[in-house]
Amino acid sequence: MLEIKNLHVAVEGKPILKGLDLTVNAGEIHAIMGPNGSGKSTLSHVIAGRHGYEITDGEILYDGKDLTVLEPEERAAEGIFLAFQYPVEIPGVPNTTFLKEAVNAQRRQRGESEHDAMQFVRLLREKIKELGISEDMLKRSVNAGFSGGEKKRNEILQMSVLEPRLAVLDETDSGLDIDALKIVADGVNRLRSPDRAMMVITHYQRLLDYIVPDVVHVLAHGRIQKTGGKELALELEKNGYAEFTGEAA
Amino acid sequence: MDAENTLPFSDGAPTFRDASLAQLQTRAMTRYRSAGLPDHKVEAWKYTRLPSFSDKPYRQTEETDAVGTASFSPLISDDGVAGRLVFVNGRLVTELSVTSGLPEGVRLAPLTEFDADWLAQHLNADVTGTPDGLLSLNLARCTGGFALVVERGVTLTAPIEVINIAASGDGALVWFPRNLIVLEDNTEATLIVQQTGGDAGSTFVNAVNETTLGDNARLHVYTADDSGVGATIVNRSFARLGRNAGLSTFGLYHGGGLARYEQTVLLEGEGAEARIDGGYLLRGSAHCDNTTRIEHRVPHTTCNEVFKGVVDDTARAVFQGKIVVARDAQHADGQMLNKTLLLSDKAEIDTKPELEIYADDVKCAHGATSGQIDETALFYLRSRGIPERAARNLLVRSFLGDVTERIANAAVRDAMIDRIERWLPDTIAETAEQAA
Repeated sequence: MLEIKNLHVAVEGKPILKGLDLTVNAGEIHAIMGPNGSGKSTLSHVIAGRHGYEITDGEILYDGKDLTVLEPEERAAEGIFLAFQYPVEIPGVPNTTFLKEAVNAQRRQRGESEHDAMQFVRLLREKIKELGISEDMLKRSVNAGFSGGEKKRNEILQMSVLEPRLAVLDETDSGLDIDALKIVADGVNRLRSPDRAMMVITHYQRLLDYIVPDVVHVLAHGRIQKTGGKELALELEKNGYAEFTGEAA
Repeated sequence: MDAENTLPFSDGAPTFRDASLAQLQTRAMTRYRSAGLPDHKVEAWKYTRLPSFSDKPYRQTEETDAVGTASFSPLISDDGVAGRLVFVNGRLVTELSVTSGLPEGVRLAPLTEFDADWLAQHLNADVTGTPDGLLSLNLARCTGGFALVVERGVTLTAPIEVINIAASGDGALVWFPRNLIVLEDNTEATLIVQQTGGDAGSTFVNAVNETTLGDNARLHVYTADDSGVGATIVNRSFARLGRNAGLSTFGLYHGGGLARYEQTVLLEGEGAEARIDGGYLLRGSAHCDNTTRIEHRVPHTTCNEVFKGVVDDTARAVFQGKIVVARDAQHADGQMLNKTLLLSDKAEIDTKPELEIYADDVKCAHGATSGQIDETALFYLRSRGIPERAARNLLVRSFLGDVTERIANAAVRDAMIDRIERWLPDTIAETAEQAA
């Protein structure tokens, strides 16, 4: 589904990713682990199409096609979703309005008919029930005044409403207490399916107790340094990243 | 330089027939001739420059300039208003106006229908306020306008709508409306004012509103202005508030011309409260200046001001807000906020919030910010599938949300939000582009 080959990315002229290779197949959950400054967030932003990241070499293929030529909204319509590390507050725009606009914008881009208000409300009701989210959260403005946990749950709600094929979760565990972590992980696990892939980007092994990955990668110095099974995460938890950060770039 | 020869509008005769009013006008003309029009050398007019008015002949409108076929769309539905006055080029169009359904104790009529003595008593903004050429000019060549009087104890639940339409054709027209609003003790009224037209030709409106609110009087004024590129609007309001009186205003400018909305509010009775809000949506070469001066003259008075706007292209916004607290006005509470979103590199905001405090026990604060659309927020929305233009629109809507939500009247609030929606760039075209 996603093939990244020899990816080099610079931000304001400074190289961040330096020859990253990664293949993610449908149905798989990949964990990308690494120390701060290793390029984890850059990777997630580049996949989602944020401007300001210069691809100096290499390629990103999604379903075999060049992803980098697409704008962020086009990538979303193609089924890519990024759960933000710091979800943005948008006061004055109710969550429901925002979600409806997002779903219909994607449907329009795909040439599908828009959901009418009734259909949409039904869809939304179903999703919040599954995730154990209160209706109150739908009426409130997008993330405005939300606690850290609420913001992350809102990301998961958006993800389950938008039903992406490739979901990238950027440090979704940061700032969460154990209860919130379980709710978020539960939401993610519900979305596991044979035709959906996920990339869980995290610094800590903790989240992976709840979202069990198929593959674990260690990202350091802008490259994948090691790839293994879920036991690699436990190894990292025990030994830390010293083995990888010590290497020269 | 021979000011007498070059000063525009300085050769008109008095417009009132009554001798004492005509005399007031003659004296005002003398003051205008000596003061002239303000230019950028005057501190209060540093950021807003009036056109020269000398490059073409501006004709003062006559009764015949009121064209009965002028089109307009009311801000709120017909059955929602208590009365309506429609002015075309500053002249009342009686066949479009409705004043028959007003409750007892409410008088709404063109200025000329009021008694000369009563008028003489109320036409005083230019002698009690800061001496100023524009004010004197307005009185000297007064084209009419309207007066609204609400008698003691009367609550007017439905709003009154005043619609001002500019339709100059190819020529250049000028008019000088003077509006008087008097709310006696224990009253309440809502006024909706629309300014529109002025796409073709040139028009100059020099309007003055004088408002007197008695004890416990409450007035809400909502203004919407979508004047065209040929329109120059100078609209100045002077309000005096009695004990426990309340004034709330919201003005939206989304036109393409030049506008200066100036509001002076004198809090003269204890417990008096003013909420002065506004929004501006500017593109092209539009220029909108909001200038306010709130004076806390007695103790326990409150004012709260929020002005927010969006500026694109080479448009320019100006905000000058001044809160003055007199020495005896202890426990004054004055809050003022101006925020502007700049959508282009050449868009400009000049903001000047000022506090002038002579009392020692007050709660006053002001803030002003300007900035661009938050790129992270834009990326967030786009990453959810919302195309760029629609995402920008959503962020603009969000930005303006906290000033529109302060509009107490729900129908007016919806109408204002609708105007904001219509101002925002079309997103249908963008979707079509993408589908192609």
